[in-house]
Amino acid sequence: MGRAFAEKVLARAAGLSEARPGEIVDVYPDLYMSHMASWRCIRTLEKLGTDKLYDPDRIAMVMDHISPARIPKTADDQRMCREFAVRKGIKKFYDVEAGIAHVVLMEEGYIRPGMVVIGTDSHSTIYGALGAFGTGVGFSEITAAWVTGKLWMKVPDSIKVTIEGPLARGTSSKDVMLKLIGTLTADGATYLSVEFHGSYTQGLSISDRMTLCNLAMEVGAKNAVVCADETTRSYLAERGVPSGHYAEVHPDADAVYVKSATVDGRSLAPQIACPHAVDNVKPIDQVAGTKVDQVFIGSCANAKYEDLVEAARILKGHKVAPGVRLLVSPASKEIVARTVKDGTYSILLEAGALITNPGCSACAGDGGVMADGEVTLSTANRNFQGRMGSYNAEIYLGSPAVAAATAIRGAITDPREFLS
Amino acid sequence: MVPGGYDAVMEKVGGKVIKFGDNVNTDVIIPGRYLVSIDPQELAKHAFEPLGPEVQKRLWSSQVVVGGRNFGCGSAREQAASCLIGAGIKAVVAKSFARVFFRNCINTGLLVVECPEAAEAVADDGELWIDYASGIAVVHGKEFGFASYPESLRQILEAGGLIPYLAKYVLPQEKALKG
Repeated sequence: MGRAFAEKVLARAAGLSEARPGEIVDVYPDLYMSHMASWRCIRTLEKLGTDKLYDPDRIAMVMDHISPARIPKTADDQRMCREFAVRKGIKKFYDVEAGIAHVVLMEEGYIRPGMVVIGTDSHSTIYGALGAFGTGVGFSEITAAWVTGKLWMKVPDSIKVTIEGPLARGTSSKDVMLKLIGTLTADGATYLSVEFHGSYTQGLSISDRMTLCNLAMEVGAKNAVVCADETTRSYLAERGVPSGHYAEVHPDADAVYVKSATVDGRSLAPQIACPHAVDNVKPIDQVAGTKVDQVFIGSCANAKYEDLVEAARILKGHKVAPGVRLLVSPASKEIVARTVKDGTYSILLEAGALITNPGCSACAGDGGVMADGEVTLSTANRNFQGRMGSYNAEIYLGSPAVAAATAIRGAITDPREFLS
Repeated sequence: MVPGGYDAVMEKVGGKVIKFGDNVNTDVIIPGRYLVSIDPQELAKHAFEPLGPEVQKRLWSSQVVVGGRNFGCGSAREQAASCLIGAGIKAVVAKSFARVFFRNCINTGLLVVECPEAAEAVADDGELWIDYASGIAVVHGKEFGFASYPESLRQILEAGGLIPYLAKYVLPQEKALKG
């Protein structure tokens, strides 16, 4: 009987010859990511009364979620992290200017096929975009891993998601995932390892793979993966990581899946997740015309270089509707630099966008909040009540193309209206 | 005794119930704006704030939170578990849990029980008791069984969470080996 990706990758990280679904194993992750939560880990370490770290080189800290600090308490927390990193010789430390942890660590070449990565963030599933096993944990678990190098994990069963492409005009990886989330519902893959297969994933850009694996969290996934291929290898090679520096893990052809799902991208329409649940998904024609006060292009789901280029393609030559604010928060400093260089940044500015520093921004409620009764169309991954300001405000989720079209019209708009 | 933990697992844990529906998410349990704190008592003041002061008042006078399917979905924030401990909650019982929330409960020493039958049977404002050692949930005299944890997780829970567990069992052992 064949083995799925998660079984193989967890067996390796646990030093076992095999690990079967349902088993609880002690896993030694290759990387422990902590973001804003890093100060909580440091405080917890102090409480634990030890100063000895298992392996400082496996610790990655990125000061996202609130960047830069808005209150003295946060500035103090961030200073604590900065000083801790120096004191402990933590080389993978990224300060407030770097951007969103997930994207930064992938750009830096730290995430590699076959790795097990844990992070203080549920969207750590994103690391599957580079063929790694990524999963979210609480800050106490990161602290424990700092000290002991390990944590308990239940080996998950796997679900096979097949996506057929090429995608229909005006749709993207975001629409694929919203369609899938609407179909499977918010707990459709709870505790499961999501494997993406199908013609759409072959040769798919790493940016789109990030969107797939990131949003898999919204069906409850433990991890998600598009297994490594030539696209993965060249992405890493460009970032100074040759293929000899990692061991790819692939599922067996006869691997066992407890569940399967299919998305036919060839007949897909743009999809919208309506308030206040990510699985409250409707095709765009059912919500088109809904007035918005704000449009947010940001988050680890959809603020990558390709997402900003796609938005700019639609916004070029247009203006943001009067009275509507368009917030753009690039996912990383590297992305800002690229958009400045190729003119994307100027197109967004000229259209009337407010471009913030890279980071989690409005998705983490860090600026860009809404007043009572306001509505935002966001490219982020969650639309929970109160996530962006007032508890009496509404968030709709859509693709970067939908966001751009919506900003121009001031109401939820099908991007196909702008595509010739 | 560690807040939210318990020394003797033989006793029953439980009390008055506040009951919620399906897919209660972490932004509702503890909004992101309050994550500047890790103090359970401070966090408890803002637990379930998006649902209004009436719900919050009831939460503070309850001992058991009951949820439907996928309770605790969303973020990995550990404060979603610790804010409930601060609010005086002794156990969370649901039809099913989101995985990170489930882990966070165990790791903060909050008793977390997946028991769809008990979650269905109990009324909002009713009473629910957990006999943890026997794997039984009691709702107004009626008993419902649930699968108990594997030994390794039980030890963490019984120690009052992952950090007390490490302090009590793992670190002294390592010191002894080196010493």
